Amino acid sequence: MSSVTPTAAAPGGRATSAPLLGRDHEPTIFEFSSEGRRSFSFRTTGLPEWTAEELVPAGYLRPEPVALTEVSERDLVAHVTRLTHRQYSVDLGAYPLGSCTMKYNPKLCDDAASLPGLAAVHPATPAALAQGWLELLWSLGDSLCEVTGMHACTLQPPAGAAGELTGLLLMRAWHESRGERRTKIIIPDSAHGTNPASVTLGGYQTVTVPSDERGLVDLEALRARLDSDVAGIMLTNPNTLGLFEEDIAAIAEAVHEVGGLLYYDGANLNAILGVTRPGDMGFDIVHMNLHKTFAVPHGGGGPGAGPVAVSERLAEFLPGPVPARGDDGTFAWRTPSRSIGRVHTWYGNALALARAYSYILANGGDGLRRVAEGAVLNANWLRHRLRGTYDLPYDRPNMHEFVASTTTLKKDRGMRALDVGKRLLEKGFHAPTVYFPLIVDEALMIEPTETESPETLGALADALIAIAGDEPGEGAAAPRTTPVGRVDEALAARVLLPTWDAVAAHDAS
Amino acid sequence: MNVPDDLNYTSDHEWARSEEGGGLRVGITDYAQDALGDIVFVQLPEPGAKVSAGDSFAEVESTKSVSDIFAPVSGTVTEINQDLTDAPQRLNEDPYGEGWLCVIVPDTDGAEPELLDADGYRKLIES
Repeated sequence: MSSVTPTAAAPGGRATSAPLLGRDHEPTIFEFSSEGRRSFSFRTTGLPEWTAEELVPAGYLRPEPVALTEVSERDLVAHVTRLTHRQYSVDLGAYPLGSCTMKYNPKLCDDAASLPGLAAVHPATPAALAQGWLELLWSLGDSLCEVTGMHACTLQPPAGAAGELTGLLLMRAWHESRGERRTKIIIPDSAHGTNPASVTLGGYQTVTVPSDERGLVDLEALRARLDSDVAGIMLTNPNTLGLFEEDIAAIAEAVHEVGGLLYYDGANLNAILGVTRPGDMGFDIVHMNLHKTFAVPHGGGGPGAGPVAVSERLAEFLPGPVPARGDDGTFAWRTPSRSIGRVHTWYGNALALARAYSYILANGGDGLRRVAEGAVLNANWLRHRLRGTYDLPYDRPNMHEFVASTTTLKKDRGMRALDVGKRLLEKGFHAPTVYFPLIVDEALMIEPTETESPETLGALADALIAIAGDEPGEGAAAPRTTPVGRVDEALAARVLLPTWDAVAAHDAS
Repeated sequence: MNVPDDLNYTSDHEWARSEEGGGLRVGITDYAQDALGDIVFVQLPEPGAKVSAGDSFAEVESTKSVSDIFAPVSGTVTEINQDLTDAPQRLNEDPYGEGWLCVIVPDTDGAEPELLDADGYRKLIES
């Protein structure tokens, strides 16, 4: 009889074993092009053929065809597969990229979104023939309202930033319906960069309110900025330092007192799921990043989903159409009476919405609360492990993320936040967010999420602590084990060459 | 950190040099360029633009962040450093020379600007 000696489990989220066959430069898809090569062709179609000139009026025809790449299916698949092997991803290992909530998405959600009954339905299908889809969207909206403490919801915005703009347009419509033309939106100095960008896009002026020594909105400074010209305030709670805005009730009261509205940036909603709700804090408008809080693929430019939920007084301004349930239990599309109009085609990125809904159903209310509890516990545990190694400018109980700093390490041995991030890649983890929020010098913004095991968290902490003991200068050489080493970000930004032929021309000159 | 004795400074890390003809040449300090890191883009006002002391009138983008630049005085922009469009790195390489941002002619009726001297600015960045 043999016995197995119990040992600690290996960390599942450390990716140092990721295989690579070589470090050669991977050509762009255009460099594989060979004239006349095709990925797919119909052997026979039986259909008549037309030329472009027969189908398109001459005025709309290009004089020359577009220079598309011509590659075989075999080469295309090999190229894309090699590229995927060069990527770090949530599926590969831990991804503590602060503010981005890079949590693992269960494969169950992929499965739900690929059901033919969902994926094969055209969005123009009459409502009577797509009752299942309408019920799904209505139920998702209902769940999101319950999670946020709001009254009604639009699922159209295709991303968080689109949700922000939608929220600001709702604010404008609300004030204008009351005959008011307000011009200013207040934003904390720790805010996400999308907030002031959305404010500008929405035609408002940004007024910045500073953070106090606790890292929270300075209430007195906020009061000094409030007047009848303020349309509203945009807040993340917890904020980008991972701290809960304890004075939120007083903030809400002060903003409402001057007739302003409160906008909740849902970027950090993962931290409070099932524990507290923006609606209960006094917010009027909420956007949710379904990819952060629930389960939609991250990055790559979409398709994403950034639904916006509002309190009762704003419900009739929502973009339409929205799914509505009739008294007989059937569903129909309805456009709110004072709708600001569409913010996206059809009903948003519907399969991303289906994916998020499957996540909500699979977790249930109690499971969603455990998501938040796990996220907060993991982030606090990691902060405690790093105390004494990294500076912790706001060393108090945090929510789902925290901000450390290399100010002392930089002064003592020239180690910058960027170097720590690059060294962490060599240790098999994605880097944290660096140099954000802007109010912290040499910031490392770390969000481990609820999906990493204690073993992975321990390995991540060990790696960060080991890096802090590096010989001076070692960080500047990293990363040395990745397919691409340290890139010249400054040159890439100064000399913007967005296409492969522009790069070739630049290199030749 | 290089803090030339013959310049005036703001607490927001801009410098100002009095020119013949009454204009003020304005830029960001060595401390500011070091803190910002590699600068990749500079947005300047149009010549002729009116600026107000303490208000943002330009933007500097580095690989880390985008920062507002605040006017040290109220006045009119008479000249801008066009070279920065193609060579924003001048701000890193030579913040007090080729990396200047613009020339502002102060309003004659404006209040005397409250600027720091070199010693005052050194104390500020060392604190």
